[in-house]
Amino acid sequence: MPEAIVENKKEAPLLSVAQDDWFRGIKNYKIDFKPYSGLWLVFAFLGLWELLPRIGVVDQVYLPTFSETFKTLIELLLSGKLLVDIGASCFRALAGFTLALLVAVPLGFLMGRYGDFERYTDLFIQILRNTSTFALFPIFLLLFGLGETSKIAIIFYAASWHILINTINGVKNVDPIYIKAAKSMGATDRDLFRKIILPATIPAIVSGARLGAKIAFMVVIAAEMIGAKSGLGFFIQSSQYNFLIPQMYAGVLALSILGVTINYVLVWFEKKTTSWKGELDQSIFG
Amino acid sequence: MEKVRIENIKKIFRLKKNQQVSNNGVLSNELLVLNGVDLKVKTGEFLVIVGPSGSGKSVLLDVIAGLAKPTSGEVYHDDKKVDGPNLKTSYVFQQYALFPWRTALSNIEFGLETRGVPEGERRRTGRELLSLFGLSGFEDRFPYQLSGGMQQRVAIARSLATNPDLLLMDEPFAALDAQTRETLQDQLLKIWDQKRTTVVFVTHGIEEAVFLADRVVVMTARPGKIKQIIEIDLARPRSEDIRSSVQFAANKEKVWSVLKEEVNKAQRESEYVAGFSR
Repeated sequence: MPEAIVENKKEAPLLSVAQDDWFRGIKNYKIDFKPYSGLWLVFAFLGLWELLPRIGVVDQVYLPTFSETFKTLIELLLSGKLLVDIGASCFRALAGFTLALLVAVPLGFLMGRYGDFERYTDLFIQILRNTSTFALFPIFLLLFGLGETSKIAIIFYAASWHILINTINGVKNVDPIYIKAAKSMGATDRDLFRKIILPATIPAIVSGARLGAKIAFMVVIAAEMIGAKSGLGFFIQSSQYNFLIPQMYAGVLALSILGVTINYVLVWFEKKTTSWKGELDQSIFG
Repeated sequence: MEKVRIENIKKIFRLKKNQQVSNNGVLSNELLVLNGVDLKVKTGEFLVIVGPSGSGKSVLLDVIAGLAKPTSGEVYHDDKKVDGPNLKTSYVFQQYALFPWRTALSNIEFGLETRGVPEGERRRTGRELLSLFGLSGFEDRFPYQLSGGMQQRVAIARSLATNPDLLLMDEPFAALDAQTRETLQDQLLKIWDQKRTTVVFVTHGIEEAVFLADRVVVMTARPGKIKQIIEIDLARPRSEDIRSSVQFAANKEKVWSVLKEEVNKAQRESEYVAGFSR
């Protein structure tokens, strides 16, 4: 075995100073630190929410204080009532989203890979895609009834688009040099798909999935407000109808917390799976 | 003893529907890139191909690699006709082409994976090669965490992992700064001296060509043919200070005098200025 001829000392000094904390930072990946400084504004807002109804600037009947809302929320959670509704919403969103993944990802690969397929389907898809989802909801209700199916169907429909478009773009944007390099190393077609195209497309798929998940959550709440008998959207809506105002705000608060959590989980997941892309400011080599 | 025999290779690219190109004033839908290339590559030699932009150097390399089919003519590797990628041939690209989702070690292992080499052996070979290139400790780095010079070294290591008997290199150092380029040229020669793989190396740089080559092939402007083959009479092993020797300059002059005419031809035809240095 020939001995190492190359002195890597030349390269080491260039790296050593920045290397330790930079590489360590990547290994112990932490969630973005930005929320911490942002908390000031949030607290200010909550402070206002607490203050204004108390001093009578806003009528307490129409806007309960933050503390009252929070108290109501805890009570509802502890009694289990709200949990049932939250569970229903989450189940529907998850079901629709999973279905969207199962259909849109393979379809996206097909359309991205076979240009002919895309040529024939593109116009139709553009038409569907640009028709407002909620305008189609009455159709879903008619076809699938008032039960779970119609809600899951519309969530599936809405979430699919982002996943599909992103997957197609991901497949198309796989740099041909990778294909060429893989082929020159003896990769079969199966190798090409499993080892090159698939990993190269994952960032796009995950990005599309993140948008799809957000849409799924948004659509489920709206759909429940329009036609449902359970779920967080339904809860908020019915609280309003029955003039249970603190309950309504509690529902909105729960919705907000849920949405924010989902968002940060998705962002974390996306960063985890695409860490190999690196970020512009992480490159110290210019 | 010849490693590769290239016989009368012609390559025509058919352009897309609305594109046309001018061949000596005649508009046509076809782009003739290679116009009858004949070449014999000796076993164990370091052959460098230079030529103006558009002369089809990279296309020729693709044809030898089996990645592109010639319109007519044949290529023989060890007397066997080339009609697809060959397991004994490796290719190094200008853009490194490292897979960004794989670590350095995992990149090097790719060629071994496709050949069904078991994991333990793959890992060992990979680590050995990394240490050969002075990159021990960088096994788990991703390409974005490596400098250009390091990435290219990983790419070359990857090409050597499969123990090729023919190494094709398409302007591998063109994307690097001048200092890194010279360092890598030197390192490449040192490693090549030990393995004596047959190398076909394409470049724009005359100095690079003279420093590395046993023979330099000068190609004509498009459509590409071989204009002349120049023997480089510099002793091996070649150290860095050979660059400043009188013989070196003489060899450079020999190559440039043949190449000059073709570069002018190519520049007259195309609108952009080719990156010719030294």
